[in-house]
Amino acid sequence: MRTKYISMTALTLVAGASLVALAGQPPRPASGSISGKITYTGTPPKMKAIDMSKEPSCVKQHPTPVTTENVVTGKNNSIQYAVIYISSGDQGSTAPTKALKFDQKGCQYIPHVLAMQVGQAFQIINDDPTSHNIHPLAKVNPEWNKSQPPGTPPLNAQYPKAEFIPVKCNVHPWMHGYFIVLNTSHYAVSDDDGEFSIKDLPPGKYTVTAWHEQFGTQSQDVTVAGADAKGTNFVFKAVPY
Amino acid sequence: MRGTRWNRWAGVGLAAAVLLCAGAASAQESHVGKYSGNAKAGKINYRRYCIGCHGPAGDGNGENAPWIDPKPRDFTAAVFKCRSTPTGTLPTDQDLYDAVTRGFDTTNMPPWMPLTVVDRVNLVAYIKTFSPKWKSDKAGAPVEIPAESPVTIESVLHGRELFQKMECWKCHGPEGHGDGPSAATLTDSKDRPIPPYNFSTGTRFKCGNTNRELYRIFMTGLDGTPMPSFADVIKPADAWDLVHFLRTLQPLVTPEATVWKAWVTTHGNELKPIGPEQAPGVGQ
Ligand code: HEC
Ligand code: HEC
Repeated sequence: MRTKYISMTALTLVAGASLVALAGQPPRPASGSISGKITYTGTPPKMKAIDMSKEPSCVKQHPTPVTTENVVTGKNNSIQYAVIYISSGDQGSTAPTKALKFDQKGCQYIPHVLAMQVGQAFQIINDDPTSHNIHPLAKVNPEWNKSQPPGTPPLNAQYPKAEFIPVKCNVHPWMHGYFIVLNTSHYAVSDDDGEFSIKDLPPGKYTVTAWHEQFGTQSQDVTVAGADAKGTNFVFKAVPY
Repeated sequence: MRGTRWNRWAGVGLAAAVLLCAGAASAQESHVGKYSGNAKAGKINYRRYCIGCHGPAGDGNGENAPWIDPKPRDFTAAVFKCRSTPTGTLPTDQDLYDAVTRGFDTTNMPPWMPLTVVDRVNLVAYIKTFSPKWKSDKAGAPVEIPAESPVTIESVLHGRELFQKMECWKCHGPEGHGDGPSAATLTDSKDRPIPPYNFSTGTRFKCGNTNRELYRIFMTGLDGTPMPSFADVIKPADAWDLVHFLRTLQPLVTPEATVWKAWVTTHGNELKPIGPEQAPGVGQ
């Protein structure tokens, strides 16, 4: 009698627990997406030509001189390298296991802005015949500074906390980039037409934020109802300075 | 009889003290050798000796800070130059203790040898109250340093190749004069200009003066500055060769300098200058 009672309770508990677990993760289809375009109004600052004469091996790699990348614009006032991400409403997602790549080539960072999720592995590669030191100026995360001479293996890294981290190479002061470490796997970086698409979103209400290193951040609320929430556009006011 | 009784009381007192310390474990502590430090006690001396530079909030903005270059360390950032631990990790209590004891050569940070060992250990505990990182993160595991290899001309010459290949000269200059092509543009992590070390005038380092400490400097890097860590790219045995070469750049009478001078007088013309032209073809 007594045993029966106990086992009954146990059973109810187990059943209850699994019900709670189910309620916590509703099996919703991850089918929607949010896409749009990043543009500017006004006059963006002109990017400066980079003088790489102190590093002849990098000068050689560029038939035409490259310019700084803090504001990269394209056709129809589009802006590249804005990071667009779900800042609220995300259901939680584990970091993809595939390592991202951050390349140093021609004394430039490729890509200029690398977005990633907390805990996501990434590899830093030196494709130049010269040494670089990779110095991400983290504040919340650990600040480290490592030399990577030519021909040495890729550096494996990941960040445990969300943070927007400027990256620089002290040897080549014109090299600037960003590691954007986010709490979500739902993010995108605008392409050379200013376009972006955040995929695999379950239906729901979200706040979408767009960040640009020079123009700051903007947010808007978006409802994903299954299909693509197209036309989630962001317009930044550009000031020439 | 009287004595025993006193001992008994002393015993109780000791037990109480131990209990008190255990209770304070959640507050910041430090451990250096057989000494344990406590932040509360450290605060008193901090306010007496350190506050004028490092500031009441430990952010390096003390009242003397505007007149000082390099600036006093900002303890709220928990980024330290002199560590036995890998780049990006917290230093050990011993590292902080050594830095406080040694002071920073060529800067306003004085050596605090005149304070007692216990005072210095307490100060270390107090410094650790300024950043939450001391609660969330552990100190790194110290980099291992193998026994030093013999000082030979082969070792010095190989070290010289590494100085070329690892491009130390880009900052420190081909002759170690602190005048490499990147020297003028270097800034620390707070965007303040910072010169690379000039070996030709420097007899001491900020982070210690022994060969072991010199080994550690370039393997761990000086966090918060452009000086990077080479731990991933220089093998431990090779690192000693680099140490031996660096010693020949300093105005010091060392075994390395003696070996080097003797060789250079007869073989100097065989040397290719260090610098950009040499980049390809120097093997490790
Ligand atoms: C006269 C100004 C001055 C006073 C007083 C002073 N400091 Fe400093 N301290 C500095 C400066 C400047 C630096 C940075 C040196 C550098 O970055 O090269 C520094 C750096 C440090 C560091 C950094 C160690 C590292 O590895 O990065 C510690 C720890 C420290 N001080 C502790 C103390 C303590 C403890 C006291 C009081 C007993 C104290 N300082 C008093 C100026 C001062
Ligand atoms: C990107 C530039 C850069 C490169 C490359 C570089 N250093 Fe440094 N190094 C610095 C700077 C800047 C300092 C001064 C840091 C300070 O004073 O806080 C320094 C300081 C030092 C010091 C003195 C540290 C002390 O405690 O006083 C040594 C020794 C040193 N570097 C060795 C090397 C060696 C060996 C290499 C190559 C394997 C190298 N450095 C490569 C920038 C560089």
